[in-house]
Amino acid sequence: MTAQLKKDTWTDVCQLDDLVPESGVAVRLGKTQIALFYWPKTGEVFALGNTDPFSSANVIARGIVGDVQGKRVVASPLYKQHFCLETGQCLEDDAVSLMTWPARLEEGQVLIHQP
Amino acid sequence: MTTAKHLVIIGNGMVGHHCVENFLTESESASWRVTVVGEEGYAAYDRVHLSEYFQGKTHQDLALGKAGFEDARLTTLLGTRVTEINREEHQVVLSNGERLHYDKLILATGSYPFVPPIPGHDNKRCFVYRTLDDLDAIASAASAGRTGVVIGGGLLGLEAANALRSLGLETHVIEFAPRLMPVQLDDEAGAILRQKISDLGVQVHVNTATSRIETSGDDRLTLHFAEGEPLTTDVLVFSAGIRPQDALGRQSGLELGERGGIRINNHCQTSDPDIYAIGEVALWQETIFGLVAPGYRMAETAASHLCGQSEPTFLGADMSTKLKLLGVDVGSIGDAHASTAGALSFRYINEAKGQYKKLVTSADGKHLLGAILVGDNSSYDTLLQYYLNDIALPEEPDSLILPTGNAAPQLGVDALPDTATICSCLNVTKGGIVSAIEQGCCSLAEVKSSTDASSGCGGCAAMLKNVVDTTLEARGFEVDHSLCEHFQYTRQELYHLVQVNQIKTFDALIEQFGQGNGCDICKPAVASILAICWNEGVLDAQHVKLQDTNDTFLANMQKDGTYSVVPRIAGGEITAEKLLVIGQIAKDYNLYTKITGGQRIDLFGAQLHQLPPIWKRLVDAGFETGQAYGKSVRTVKSCVGSTWCRYGVQDSVGMAILLENRYKGLRAPHKLKFAVSGCTRECAEAQSKDIGVIATEKGWNLFVCGNGGMKPRHADLFATDLDDVTLIQTIDRLLMFYIRTADRLQRTARWMENLEGGLDYLKAVILDDSLGLASELEQQMEHQLESYACEWKTTLEDEQKLKRFRTFVNSPDADDNIVFVQERDQIRPATNEEKHNLIATA
Ligand code: SRM
Ligand SMILES: Cc1cc2nc3c(=O)[nH]c(=O)nc-3n(C[C@H](O)[C@H](O)[C@H](O)COP(=O)(O)OP(=O)(O)OC[C@H]3O[C@@H](n4cnc5c(N)ncnc54)[C@H](O)[C@@H]3O)c2cc1C
Ligand code: SF4
Ligand code: FES
Repeated sequence: MTAQLKKDTWTDVCQLDDLVPESGVAVRLGKTQIALFYWPKTGEVFALGNTDPFSSANVIARGIVGDVQGKRVVASPLYKQHFCLETGQCLEDDAVSLMTWPARLEEGQVLIHQP
Repeated sequence: MTTAKHLVIIGNGMVGHHCVENFLTESESASWRVTVVGEEGYAAYDRVHLSEYFQGKTHQDLALGKAGFEDARLTTLLGTRVTEINREEHQVVLSNGERLHYDKLILATGSYPFVPPIPGHDNKRCFVYRTLDDLDAIASAASAGRTGVVIGGGLLGLEAANALRSLGLETHVIEFAPRLMPVQLDDEAGAILRQKISDLGVQVHVNTATSRIETSGDDRLTLHFAEGEPLTTDVLVFSAGIRPQDALGRQSGLELGERGGIRINNHCQTSDPDIYAIGEVALWQETIFGLVAPGYRMAETAASHLCGQSEPTFLGADMSTKLKLLGVDVGSIGDAHASTAGALSFRYINEAKGQYKKLVTSADGKHLLGAILVGDNSSYDTLLQYYLNDIALPEEPDSLILPTGNAAPQLGVDALPDTATICSCLNVTKGGIVSAIEQGCCSLAEVKSSTDASSGCGGCAAMLKNVVDTTLEARGFEVDHSLCEHFQYTRQELYHLVQVNQIKTFDALIEQFGQGNGCDICKPAVASILAICWNEGVLDAQHVKLQDTNDTFLANMQKDGTYSVVPRIAGGEITAEKLLVIGQIAKDYNLYTKITGGQRIDLFGAQLHQLPPIWKRLVDAGFETGQAYGKSVRTVKSCVGSTWCRYGVQDSVGMAILLENRYKGLRAPHKLKFAVSGCTRECAEAQSKDIGVIATEKGWNLFVCGNGGMKPRHADLFATDLDDVTLIQTIDRLLMFYIRTADRLQRTARWMENLEGGLDYLKAVILDDSLGLASELEQQMEHQLESYACEWKTTLEDEQKLKRFRTFVNSPDADDNIVFVQERDQIRPATNEEKHNLIATA
């Protein structure tokens, strides 16, 4: 199943069961790759671009999740830059950030919204 | 314009070099030019560490600070000898016939080894031990030989014996006196040392006079003695003392001592005020100083005097010595023989451990006059400070040498006066260190580079660290050892917390002892601690989120997001069938293949979802994970060894496989690399590994704490001639101690260097069980190893775990951003530009 990202709708991309607590997985919507991170303490899901701007490799979903300087972040597995889970902002370089999408859980499904 | 005055220095040894460096940094030397004439073909090198040449150090490594030699005022003539001094004309004559005029002249010609006139002493198989050329000659004679003999059982003789042994020769030491090191030791100490050295396989013959040396039929040498059986050898090294190289002084009529040496005053001037003598050629108050530190003091004195300063003067020097001979600690301080009137001796002898300690005090027992230590040097630094600074001894002086069950007694740094010398080689006092810190140095490294302390023999390292730490602490510095912002503990402290509090998960640990949610620094570090303490799989559900991508997916991520596949090939040994399996898999999945630096095969370019099917085929064919991704045991490199190689003395491949299979899977603060060589030729490069094993006729020599990589370090010899069982027991203890105490990402070399007491301390803990930890360490290792399972095998059997290996959780597709091009008949990742072109033409 390859879900299609429709305009201004919430799209069902995978099941809660596919997520890994406090870690990431990747989904694909058409040509777009999205990294999903699950924060079970609050029930939040974060959706960020899966492409690491520093290596152009699609690996963000495979980074370690945590918090740095009070911000929840994922560390790129290649060169270890940190990206804020909420905003996509890179902590090491102001000029760099990842795309983000609103995401939520509903009845065991993971939904992503494109404005 | 005035022409520059000319200073000529004869001899480019350690002391001559030190003098030039000191002189050129004095501002008054601006109006001088300097010529150094050195007979050896090499620029000045560290003779004190000469023996390390046999452990692989090059002249480059041993060379003394080159900076001074780039000075435009300086000319250095190497491979050139001064043959004559003409004092009337102020000229020296060189071996190439040239003449140099001098305004001032310094003789730094050192000394030469004394060769006793035994008939046959000039045979081509007879050597001395003083220069790099000597060592080259010895090594080449040893390469085809079996046996080596050293005549002379003093300090240098034992060092030479060690060198012969390290060249793989069966080694004998012949000493004329009734004991080893007759100058520094008494009979009992000599006997203990002799026992220890004999235990190491070096045969010691004391009370033995060599009467003649003959060439035997097969081109070897036969030594005949006044009494006893003759001895046949391939190599003979004379180490029967040194004599000052004072020929030029004699030739030019300078005042000499009765038994040689050029007489000097407190400014190091000879009887001709335009000529100075420094180092081992100089005789000061009827004493020749055969150590480098007094030579350096003379060099500084002469340099200052040339610049018109009357300070410092040379007023003698302490001849105390601390060394490690063939792995045995020996220390001798001051009046070791208690020859001062009324002196009292205190002695402690432990035959079981081969230790001997002796204190010599003044008649009232208040002042230390001398000491001897054999087998345990841990109290040397403290005793030396008592001695040098005349600090009042404790009520019961023998408490300083009696075993206490704890670490050696340390003299508090506070008790030392500011004038106390901490580094005698470079003449750095406690006051000098304190003022370096006051001027802004805030670490050991900074103090070292600002004062040069500890850059000579290195014997002062522990004391220096102690002074620096205490001084920093007293000034309220707090060195931050926190792991990261989530844990204000070091890795070692966290390890203890986990163990003592029986903590099983990251969440419990951070809740009790940390703050926040963790990060990419603390999570993998804690995961490794948990794996070690509780032996759980790294991919068990509660640990998954802690792992680096490489650990999560049991493979190393490459620059384009693909992974490499490295099956274990223990010892580098592999069958043709297994090679075919690897080849077929590489072909089927179009993977790039390469032989690694660790003697195995790496397959590159697999995508996440391809890892399980690739590994399934490997596991089915009998391969296991190579753990190339983990901070764990990597490879045990081997050479082909006695099975095939004509020189091999043990089955190095067998041992390598045994070790690799034993320790595979073991998690550690950093990766661990081993190697096993079948003989001293060392084809497996074991001395560059964390654990290096080299076969000997009798068993295995163990080297530890070496590495290549960013900051290479040669491994240190740790124990010799071990049998298989003892070898493994020793490695078990050492590795477990490392795992328990090292910092995050600290390899064994840095770990050992940072242990207070360094190698000696480590030996005490591991070989002598000084902390009483040995059996616990062994048990813990057993426990670790029992639970080994190939992580790929267990992963393949677990549906839940396999779910992780999906490139996309919502699609079976591959990542279309991964594009390869061909190079040298294999794939490689396309560059961004190549990708654009490929997509444009598609
Ligand atoms: C594949 C290989 C190079 C090769 O093509 O030969 C290699 C490849 C990597 N090395 Fe290495 N090293 C390889 C042998 C070595 C050696 C040689 C040896 O082992 O004899 C050394 C020097 C010896 C040593 O470590 O003491 C070596 C010193 C390093 C270092 C520096 C370590 C240090 O202490 O300074 C790193 C970085 C690190 O570990 O932090 C490193 C790290 C790496 C990493 C893991 C870098 C990374 O994070 O991507 C590379 C990825 C491996 C992969 O994808 O499979 N590699 N690396 C070799 C694999 C050997 C094996 O079979 O497991
Ligand atoms: C194996 C070994 C281990 C040692 N270990 C220690 C130790 O642990 N601690 C310690 O304190 N000391 C130790 N020493 C002693 C230390 O090396 C010497 O005290 C120190 O090198 C003396 O320095 P020097 O400059 O006086 O003599 P050298 O270093 O011998 O230098 C003299 C130089 O002058 C050259 N020369 C001689 N005559 C002429 C000439 N006519 N023209 C030109 N050049 C000439 C020689 O070729 C030589 O290069 C050790 C020595 C050896 C050999
Ligand atoms: S180390 Fe020695 S035994 Fe091993 S291959 Fe080399 S020469 Fe042969
Ligand atoms: S005492 Fe030799 S380096 Fe300091």
